[in-house]
Amino acid sequence: MATSIKKLPDIEQVLSGNGACGGCPATMALRMVGKALGPNAIMLLTPACSVASMGMTPKLGYNWPCINITFASAGSSASGITNAVEIMKEKGRFEGELPTVFSWAGDGGTYDIGFQALSAAAERNENIIHFCYNNEAYSNTGVQRSGATPRGTFTTTTPTGKRQPKKNMALLMLEHNIPYVATATVAYPADLYDKVVKAKSIKGMKYIEILAPCYLGWQFDMADTVQLSRMAVRSGAWLLWEADNGRITFNNPTAQFISGKKNPEAVDEYLMKQGRFSRLLQGPDAKERIAEIQGDVDREIAFMRERAKIFI
Amino acid sequence: MRSVTKAYRPISWPTLGAGGDTGSWRMHRPVVNHELCTKCQFCWVYCPEAVIDRKAITIDYRYCKGCGVCAVECPTGAITMEKEE
Repeated sequence: MATSIKKLPDIEQVLSGNGACGGCPATMALRMVGKALGPNAIMLLTPACSVASMGMTPKLGYNWPCINITFASAGSSASGITNAVEIMKEKGRFEGELPTVFSWAGDGGTYDIGFQALSAAAERNENIIHFCYNNEAYSNTGVQRSGATPRGTFTTTTPTGKRQPKKNMALLMLEHNIPYVATATVAYPADLYDKVVKAKSIKGMKYIEILAPCYLGWQFDMADTVQLSRMAVRSGAWLLWEADNGRITFNNPTAQFISGKKNPEAVDEYLMKQGRFSRLLQGPDAKERIAEIQGDVDREIAFMRERAKIFI
Repeated sequence: MRSVTKAYRPISWPTLGAGGDTGSWRMHRPVVNHELCTKCQFCWVYCPEAVIDRKAITIDYRYCKGCGVCAVECPTGAITMEKEE
């Protein structure tokens, strides 16, 4: 049972008046992460919207020590800092509780450019939390395709729709045998909060991926950010699960699809609400294109259902 | 010379309004009807800007960007978006 919204702590780590777009899902998610981690944390930011939205020197929109690092080095920089802090503690140069070191990267800094360093950090099982806020494109630089972009999506580099499906990054991280992997989204803040609290309590590499529907990249009305996030989960396009030491458990409402109690909604409504799909889903081959996307979604659900049964 | 070096020291400090008074970006203003409000705190939890007061359900218009997420998510329809003058 997820924590009730009324019981979430009051602490705010994302300060009002930062430079993010109105309705930004990344700051929405980061607020929940801040409530769970508290002030004793060190934040690493790869080039992403979150760097642009932290404000201009000498003002900072996040209430943590923030370090801006290069695109490819989310895993390695976080490993360095967590080791440095531990050694400082050992030598008596640091007092009090060790801070949580976490990197806050977009899908480019996780799926594509940051993958090598992240994979290495996972293999070494460094004591960090890697957050990927996944807006399914390089939204900061003007919406280019990334490894997280699903099939059939319009981006500026795939004007006729992306031909390949997205990769399942959370599952890839799980195969590194790390202690904790979870997926979350902004429409279920209590679920996200619980997952971050759990990740904070575990020692070792933790990976949490958050679906963040970007209204500019996905081309919908900015007030519907949370609605789109909820529709993604209800249609099965985004699955909510967590893996504690390799054992996958699904969270509601995804758990209902997996157990077969309820069927996910058809993706049509979810697709047609987004300009990035609906501008291509016109003309005689629209039905085939929708069927193709629905096929990807169904395959992912079926695959994860079977994958969750494997536990040794 | 020393003061110049200090002023350009590349360190930022957490401050409200790091992006300026972002309330000026707003096209529509969210207005709370307190008679309909049940204080469920959904608007507070979904607000990306953290401008909604959790207890009183009041909005800090200095920083509210007017995205309208609170109005869409409000289950009783107590928040309406009104065009900014």
